[in-house]
Amino acid sequence: MAALVDVLSRMARDRAVLLGAALILLLVLVAILAPLIATFPNDVWDIHPTQRLRPPDASFLFGTDRMGSDIYSRILFGARITIMVAVVAIGVSLLIGVPIGLVAGYYHGWPSDLLMRFSDIFLAVPQIVLAIAIAQTLGPSIENVILALSLTYWPWFTRLVYAETRSLKNEIFIESTIALGASPFRVIVFHILPNVSSAIIVRSSIGMGFTILTAAALGFLGLGAQPPAPEWGRMISESREYLPDAWWYALAPGLAIFLVVMGFNLVGDGLRDILDPRLRRAPKSNG
Amino acid sequence: MVELLAVEDLTVGFHTDAGLAQVLDGAGLRIDAGEVVGLVGESGCGKTTLARAILGVLAPAARIGGGIIRFKGEDLLQQDAARLSRDIRGRAITFIPQDPYGSFNPLFTVGAQIRDLVRWKAPRAGRERVMELLRAVQIPEPERALEKLPHEFSGGQRQRLMIAMALLPEPDLIIADEPTTALDVTIQAQILKLLRDLVKDRGISVLFTTHDLGTAWEICDRVSVLYAGQDMEAAPTASFFAAAAHPYTRALLLSLPDPEGDIRDIPGEVPSLLEPPSGCRFHPRCGRASEACRSRPPRREPAPGHLVRCHHPVA
Repeated sequence: MAALVDVLSRMARDRAVLLGAALILLLVLVAILAPLIATFPNDVWDIHPTQRLRPPDASFLFGTDRMGSDIYSRILFGARITIMVAVVAIGVSLLIGVPIGLVAGYYHGWPSDLLMRFSDIFLAVPQIVLAIAIAQTLGPSIENVILALSLTYWPWFTRLVYAETRSLKNEIFIESTIALGASPFRVIVFHILPNVSSAIIVRSSIGMGFTILTAAALGFLGLGAQPPAPEWGRMISESREYLPDAWWYALAPGLAIFLVVMGFNLVGDGLRDILDPRLRRAPKSNG
Repeated sequence: MVELLAVEDLTVGFHTDAGLAQVLDGAGLRIDAGEVVGLVGESGCGKTTLARAILGVLAPAARIGGGIIRFKGEDLLQQDAARLSRDIRGRAITFIPQDPYGSFNPLFTVGAQIRDLVRWKAPRAGRERVMELLRAVQIPEPERALEKLPHEFSGGQRQRLMIAMALLPEPDLIIADEPTTALDVTIQAQILKLLRDLVKDRGISVLFTTHDLGTAWEICDRVSVLYAGQDMEAAPTASFFAAAAHPYTRALLLSLPDPEGDIRDIPGEVPSLLEPPSGCRFHPRCGRASEACRSRPPRREPAPGHLVRCHHPVA
């Protein structure tokens, strides 16, 4: 508990992390409050052909799109899709990648090598290409995008956790725990995993930004959410035909993606510095 | 003197991609109760392997070819693993590692890690005893030290903590594997003096591995020399330095820089452990070698307590 307070207070002192955290908080608030703060909550579905492509004004804060729907309202609801994609894809990647990395790193021998070579196959193909292939094969839908992102992102966790586990395995404190008679499960879960957790947290935060970006790219290519879902990448894709005249059409979703990805990256970078235990001080020490 | 630990004819090999590396080849060692024994030898001569074999924590690739490790009259190699880990390792025999930086889990306070040790290995030790030992190893403000994380201590302090933790289970033998190589010279001297004083007060034996003859001279009662996995000579410290009988030990002592700064090295190279020379492994580099040296020489005792394994010892 004290450690958590310590981490939070250090985060509060770092402006870049604070900015990133504020952006993420904004994203979450927007997603939760979307029905309340949207000016035209029904415009996720409704179309108004008479008011197509209006520039931003007092009633349409970010203008309207080709169907005459309010872009501001659609962006707010799009935040829900973005969060779902990022959280589920990273969550699934963690569930697949971390156990494989821990087991492959802890044990030696051919099963470990097999697991790592298997993850290398995924790393050998650029993530976006592999994700496109999977999403294309399974058919365009937001669920398949999440699946494609999960199946392509987990090897990054495996690599990271494997390397950390391998080096921890050689530390005397792990060896002495084994020599004391602790079971492999106990050593992995209570001694190795906590020592790897800060690296996992940092990677997850950066991974969320990366995943959102890739999801937007898939949406842009028409592989993600289907109309009329207000997915940000898809909105940019739709706007292409109307550029540069309807500049606001691409600007709003583009800015939204930019700010959210930047938020996750700033927090990820900041956490990397803060969670390093060598830089941390125990409470009440004055040295 | 009462024998505490005796290693006889211990053979340990490691499976490598290039074949079987014979790291220990009939190695012997004896430690009496209350004695500080230095195990000296070059890097790679098998010091750490011997220490690990005694603790029963050899790497999975290691194969014990034969020999006995007799501790208080019973052969540890014949003991079952559960009893070894419950009663011997970490209890009757404790360990001070080489690297004080990797020896603590960085995420838990030192106090939490000492509590774990007490729980599993020293159930009789109460808080007062922990405090007493922390004061004995000269940790400032022991009460507060327990609340600190490992990185808040210097390398020397961590090694003092390791010494305290090695003493906590009231062991009969402490194996200190080059405990000061990671520290600078002034701290080395302090820590070694501290270790010697503490074990002498308590009558604990120490096996102290080092490649530094100077430190062996400082703190050991007896010195044992290992070369390429074979024991060459063992003698009380005074006669070891004054009257070494093995040609290798002689050469080793001569290789120490003299006051003029001259160094006399030993011709040749440490043999490959994959294809070691037969018999005495030093014979290809030895000036006194003969055909007889192709078989392993028996132990001779030129003076009481002074053992040498050589067909042609220096008189």
